[in-house]
Amino acid sequence: MMIRFLTFLAAAMMAFAFTGPATAQEPLRLTLRDGVIEALPFALPQFEAEVAGSEQMAADISRVVAEDLTGTGLFRQIPATSFISTPSGFASPVAFADWRAINAQALVTGAVAVNGATVTVKFRLYDVFSGQEMGEGLQFSGTTDGWRRMAHKVADAVYSRITGEAGYFDSRVVFVAETGPKDDRAKRVAIMDYDGANVQYLTDSSTIVLAPRFSPNGDRILFTSYESGFPRINILDVASVTRQQLGTVEGEMAFSPRFSLDGRQVIYSLANGGNTDIYRTDLATGQHSRLTNTPAIETAPSFSPDGSQIVFESDRSGTQQLYVMPANGGEPQRISFGNGRYGTPVWSPRGDLIAFTKQEAGRFHIGVMRTDGSEERLLTSSFLDEGPTWAPNGRVIMFARETQGAGGTTALYSVDITGRNLRRVPTPQGASDPSWGPLQR
Amino acid sequence: MTYFIKTALVIGTLALGACTNADRFDSADAVDLNAQAGAGGINQSALDPSQNPTSPQYFSQTIGDRVLFENDSSLLTAQGRATLDGQAGWLGTNSDYLAVIEGHADEKGTREYNLALGARRANAVREYLISKGVASSRIRTVSYGKERPLAVCSEESCYAQNRRAVTIISIGQVS
Repeated sequence: MMIRFLTFLAAAMMAFAFTGPATAQEPLRLTLRDGVIEALPFALPQFEAEVAGSEQMAADISRVVAEDLTGTGLFRQIPATSFISTPSGFASPVAFADWRAINAQALVTGAVAVNGATVTVKFRLYDVFSGQEMGEGLQFSGTTDGWRRMAHKVADAVYSRITGEAGYFDSRVVFVAETGPKDDRAKRVAIMDYDGANVQYLTDSSTIVLAPRFSPNGDRILFTSYESGFPRINILDVASVTRQQLGTVEGEMAFSPRFSLDGRQVIYSLANGGNTDIYRTDLATGQHSRLTNTPAIETAPSFSPDGSQIVFESDRSGTQQLYVMPANGGEPQRISFGNGRYGTPVWSPRGDLIAFTKQEAGRFHIGVMRTDGSEERLLTSSFLDEGPTWAPNGRVIMFARETQGAGGTTALYSVDITGRNLRRVPTPQGASDPSWGPLQR
Repeated sequence: MTYFIKTALVIGTLALGACTNADRFDSADAVDLNAQAGAGGINQSALDPSQNPTSPQYFSQTIGDRVLFENDSSLLTAQGRATLDGQAGWLGTNSDYLAVIEGHADEKGTREYNLALGARRANAVREYLISKGVASSRIRTVSYGKERPLAVCSEESCYAQNRRAVTIISIGQVS
């Protein structure tokens, strides 16, 4: 097992050859395609408090921007104790030599003004070695209780300008909050910022709830509830926190739902006579279609981002494997052929990869493969990892990990698609079944 | 009548002997308030409900309310079929009871697959009971997947108990 894992690591490192941070002659750019082994050093002097009383907010926003960037594993913050000088003000000229001397590749400066219930954040990003500003300065304004979102927006802009990729910090995750022992676990649908802040509970713990899934624009959440005594799919409106049961084909249970990209259709599993197949329901017309029809278990469907295909798992071959079929049903193509069992496939929002859960030799892994099943890479390994979900930019995966034994607990983790930067996502209690929502506007 | 009481006592003794959890006989120690020590020192008390062959306690404890499955399987074992023969007989006699069959899985599987596997297991029990003459309208199924384990260790000894289908009976009307 260990040798295999090391071989995988070596292969990953060769496939993603290291390209260092930009030299003095080249513009600052981290190319994620090539993988990044050494984090890029940046300086982020605490944002200036532009009006009296803004100091705490300036400190908090500066901290969250830096945490977003370092949390990617791609950036390393230079501690303020190393600074030779600090900017005298947001509008003052930048002393690039002082930042070059401490090997800061990027410099982020900012200013924060709190006026009543409104907060305004300004920032500028500099390529230290070329002595140039990267892009134009930007400012964000909003209510003070949304200050974390403004910090995330600053970090998204910095990340995007340096990597050329869309950011993912100003996003939310819906998940199942878990409390209590394994044989009497209470579950609630909860929502939080991507970094674990601002947890809110959307259901109480009176019944089992499973696998919430965001709509593509984040306005609604699908989840499975045992409220009626039998598993049924609910649709919850995020803004009003009201919910209703999805009308499905009659069956013993309906579960494992996901939205189509336009949010107008739901694909899900329905069990009838002990047999589970995949169905689709149009939310506007209430029309149902059956997409698979075999005696095997077909479940965990997920649309491709262009809406033309569905990836799902089936045990029609005798074990759980991944298949891709046209969105209207039709002959599926098996795409997983490695040893072990494959489940919970999720199509990347970029369309290039499919993330999955793999079981092999008593261990669970989160992995990714191309949509034709080639270039399988396992990113994690543990007693029980499952249920991957993609960051909106398709660069990071969040999943649930459960520990072994009578006192086993669940937690959320994130990992980037090269298998680096495995991190626990802080949640107040146990957590499972994450679904990552879109970048917010 | 004497014969019946003797039989009931024998069954009750067997049931007690077969059960490792004495707490489940929660009414066994509840002495009837009308009980009197009669002449000759004979004590009288109400029967333990589990000794009453028409009681749900008798069904769950003496006949057996659950069957177990092999890993990733919904095939009934010989022992499981024997238990279900007993369940079918009981449901045939006690025709005012309905049954909900709960299918469960151990933790070594993904959530969605285990839900589907639990549905297969519950349905295997349902189909067997129907084949033994229980009306299909009296039996519903529900899968809990890996959501409701009985035993919490992460070893085969616990997994074997968790891979189960449990028949829950209640008095009710066929809807």
